[in-house]
Amino acid sequence: MDNVTLTAIASIVTAGLTIAGGSIGPALGEGRAVATALSSLAQQPDAATTITRTLFVGLAMIESIAIYCFVVSMILIFANPFWNHVIAQTAGK
Amino acid sequence: MRLSPDEIILWQYGFVKLNGTIVFTWGLMLVLAVGSKLITRNLSTELRRSRWQNLLEIVITGIQKQIEDVGLPHPQKYLGFLGTLFLFLALASLCTVIPGYEPPTGSLSTTAALALCVLVAVPLFGIKEQGLGGYLKSYAEPTVIMLPFNVISELSRTLALAIRLFGNMMSGTMILAILLTITPFIFPIAMRALGLLTGMVQAYIFSILAAVYIAAATRPQGEARTDANAKA
Repeated sequence: MDNVTLTAIASIVTAGLTIAGGSIGPALGEGRAVATALSSLAQQPDAATTITRTLFVGLAMIESIAIYCFVVSMILIFANPFWNHVIAQTAGK
Repeated sequence: MRLSPDEIILWQYGFVKLNGTIVFTWGLMLVLAVGSKLITRNLSTELRRSRWQNLLEIVITGIQKQIEDVGLPHPQKYLGFLGTLFLFLALASLCTVIPGYEPPTGSLSTTAALALCVLVAVPLFGIKEQGLGGYLKSYAEPTVIMLPFNVISELSRTLALAIRLFGNMMSGTMILAILLTITPFIFPIAMRALGLLTGMVQAYIFSILAAVYIAAATRPQGEARTDANAKA
């Protein structure tokens, strides 16, 4: 296998692993956050606006980790920086 | 496949490029500026108002209330900055119903610029509120050891703001493009509707986070700088 194929394999597999691993953690975290927020909403309906706002901000915080992983995997697939390097090397040979 | 509207190049002369991001951003700015100019041209304090004035009043009072809830006692001071951020982001994602339009926030340059605005605005509001010394002292809290970490958090949260918005908006168009090749017709429409919701939530979150950062910077000394600082 030449370098180009190896780079392609590594990029695609890493992209898949990134999004797989990167979505598990935030998913568990968001589930916990929403569950806690729901139970506190049931206990104190008066504080609904505060709880909802804090929940949204917190969810965005948690979700941003998944988004980072998504961005990294998208870069690996569509805008791979190593790709140009390897192709330039092969062409130069 | 396109990652961002940066790659739509409409006009090029030498190294000067006019890409989709710039055109869509200026279009949105035009709509916002001309729209608010037209609406506020003949405001009335009577009981009878135009329906556009009613709409604008609902939006403005809603934003003011949200800013106040975050912990900024005088929302009028911050309304210009935070309100503009929210309205721009909301309009940018709402306009995705127009065919041929791509949200300019799906480009990292736009979101980075907005995040940089927040990075600059937070110290400005902080210094205006509690003076240069008072603001700088807030970096050395609770102890001086925390100084580098406070500076790092300032930078990393700016990065997080930019990447979060970019990732969310970019993923919307990306998922749509992928779905169009797999299951065209009905399913992409449902995802587009979901994208409208995500866009509004992201606009809300971006401006509310900016408000939280400003609230943390303008809070007087002695009071606990709680949640806002720990986030990155």
